[in-house]
Amino acid sequence: MSPEPVDLSNHPPVIEADHVNLYYGTTHALKDISLSMGKNQVAAFIGPSGCGKSTLLRCLNRMNDLIDSVRVEGSITLDGEEITGRSTDVISLRRRVGMVFQQSNPFPKSIYENIVYGMRIAGVNDKATLDETVERSLKGAAIWNEVKDRLHDSALGLSGGQAQRICIARAIATNPEVILMDEPCSALDPLSTLKIEELIDELKKQYTIVIVTHNMQQAARVSDATAFFYLGELIEMGDTKKIFTNPEKQQTEDYITGRFG
Amino acid sequence: MKNYWKRGEPMVLAAGATLALILFMTLTLLAVILGNSLGYFWVKDMVQLKLKDGSLIMGQLTATGRHALTDVERLQLKVGNRDLYSQDFRWVDDSEVVERAKPDDAYLLERREHGNFFGFLKELKGAEGEPVTADYVTLMKLHTAVLDKQRGLKSIKKEMSRLNQASEQLRLKIQKLEYKGSEVNSAAIAVLAEERAKLTMAFDALNEQLNQKQAELNKTAAVFSDAAGTSKELPLLEIVKIYQPNSMSAVAKAGAYLGKIRELLFDDPRESNTEGGLFPAIFGTILMVLLMSVFSLPFGVIAAIYLREYAREGRLVQLVRIAVNNLAGVPSIVYGVFGLGFFVYGIGGSLDKLFFPERLPTPVFGTGGILWASLTLALLTVPVVIVATEESLASIPKGIREGSLALGATKFQTLTKVLLPMATPGIMTGLVLSMARAVGEVAPLMLVGVVKLAPTLPFDGQFPFFHMDRKFMHLGFHIFDVGFQSPNVEAAKPMVYVTTLLLLLIVIAATSLAIRFRNQMRRRYTTSHF
Repeated sequence: MSPEPVDLSNHPPVIEADHVNLYYGTTHALKDISLSMGKNQVAAFIGPSGCGKSTLLRCLNRMNDLIDSVRVEGSITLDGEEITGRSTDVISLRRRVGMVFQQSNPFPKSIYENIVYGMRIAGVNDKATLDETVERSLKGAAIWNEVKDRLHDSALGLSGGQAQRICIARAIATNPEVILMDEPCSALDPLSTLKIEELIDELKKQYTIVIVTHNMQQAARVSDATAFFYLGELIEMGDTKKIFTNPEKQQTEDYITGRFG
Repeated sequence: MKNYWKRGEPMVLAAGATLALILFMTLTLLAVILGNSLGYFWVKDMVQLKLKDGSLIMGQLTATGRHALTDVERLQLKVGNRDLYSQDFRWVDDSEVVERAKPDDAYLLERREHGNFFGFLKELKGAEGEPVTADYVTLMKLHTAVLDKQRGLKSIKKEMSRLNQASEQLRLKIQKLEYKGSEVNSAAIAVLAEERAKLTMAFDALNEQLNQKQAELNKTAAVFSDAAGTSKELPLLEIVKIYQPNSMSAVAKAGAYLGKIRELLFDDPRESNTEGGLFPAIFGTILMVLLMSVFSLPFGVIAAIYLREYAREGRLVQLVRIAVNNLAGVPSIVYGVFGLGFFVYGIGGSLDKLFFPERLPTPVFGTGGILWASLTLALLTVPVVIVATEESLASIPKGIREGSLALGATKFQTLTKVLLPMATPGIMTGLVLSMARAVGEVAPLMLVGVVKLAPTLPFDGQFPFFHMDRKFMHLGFHIFDVGFQSPNVEAAKPMVYVTTLLLLLIVIAATSLAIRFRNQMRRRYTTSHF
């Protein structure tokens, strides 16, 4: 079964996957996935553990390259540019596609150095530019007011929610087009989760966001489009409202209503 | 009862008892070393014993006890005066002793040769050999004067050593030319030989002058007699230090104590290492360990980085890892043999053939030296650094690597900007362990460069300042040598304890420095997360 590529809305597609297959050694982890995501939209990937949603997310910035046994077939394009090929410049791809992880992972450096890390490794060392980037990113991640007085303190002293927002700020510091979020709130308390969700709403004005989540309500709250995965297959993708109120597939409905998974 | 076992109470007790036992053993060892070494510097009182047969002996009380067979109470005296009695110590049965006294005017002389002299001042000869009043004050005055004049001869000695060096340089040049062909270079050789002859003449003249002045100084002498009345004339130059222990106050003795410690730390050894200072050994030990770290740290860290970050996990990497771990268990003497074969004869021998062919068969690098010793020890300790570095790299959460890579960093940038700084505390731990191991290692060093007495330090004012080819002294070897190879083992015993204490202090100093550095790094890189 291969569902037709879903065009979502009047937002032009930024990311398009076309018949993507992924293997971990001999395990067929992603089966013939085709989908597209619109610009300045939030797309949510849902599905039970092991269904391949994180794997697909990691295809979008080639984090799967870190695993030796991974093999990808098919094509994924970002703004029409192929990103799965051997010739793709992975470094510049990752600058265009930022990522926020499940466990907040600030570097053991100051808050300031965390934010400018992406700039520094790209060779930007001009103080004024860096200062400006730090302020813009921290404001963008809605944490400027909380940390502006201790920019040069270690980022390891922050709370979980703050650390996660620092990671978001770090991701947007390099001005990416897309931000990937891999269960960004699963280790956070409800209040911090709320803050991040509000932030996602704010961020989508500028960025395209792909979020993987286990929390159905979260997907319903923050996303414009939702894709449901099961055992490596894309079962259904469509407008969030529609998926949550009137899904086409029985499996989707069963999962959303909590009958399995 | 069942519950008692279940709660794990006995395990806690066992753990506590084990800890207590370990602490006890460590503290006992420390106490033995401290007790035996710290007392060494204290100037002990002199005791004069009158025996039943009417003879007098004098010395310092060193031990009391019972005879193993006859079970008679007896005491041991250090009687010194090795040139007179040919033995340093004497056991006397308590029953033999008729009278004990502590004569105020008994002298203890530390001499350049033959160990200490215990006795009484009889006569004194001044600068021209004329008799002067024989008392303590005059003796001290003359002694200081003679030592001052002796120090004045240093400039001559320095000039002589300079001439000697220049002459040696010329000899090597001549040798080199002769090696290249003595017929072709005969003119040049002749010129050099003439120059060298001039230097030799100047040297001989200075030597003559020096000998004269020495003879002059040797006129100042003192006649001492031992308790039995045998007298002995000693030039004051032969005497290093003069004490009258029985009339010294506690403060004076404390001063002497500090003076002896200073001598230990900064002076050269005397009397085949059993007396005098330990400076060359301390210097050699520290320099060797530092050089070892310079070699093993980068090498081990780079190897660990490759193993952990770049090499593809597989059978080969597993094998390498097992090999590295086993390398740490190879007996150190094997490393010594390897170092001798590979570094000294292999690399050193080739270097000699390439760069110093004219000096053969006298080796320059083809013999043990501080460079080869450090390299051998680096090889011995590199597994420790590799394992520690690998472990600290492995303990960095995956998220940190991914976070860096996801921002567009290359693997190398991730390594240098994030991973290595985070791994530094672990690497430092490895370095501490390897230094502690290297400093105590003696067996391999005996094959690759340690000597009983090195005439020169591996580092001095002569170009090129660092003489990597030179042999060196080492505290660990010093312990072995003084304790078991010296002609007078009993007299050298305190020196063994002192050397051990010093070695321990160096290990403690080095490790606590590294630990402090590590803790600083750790504070910077870890703070609680939530």
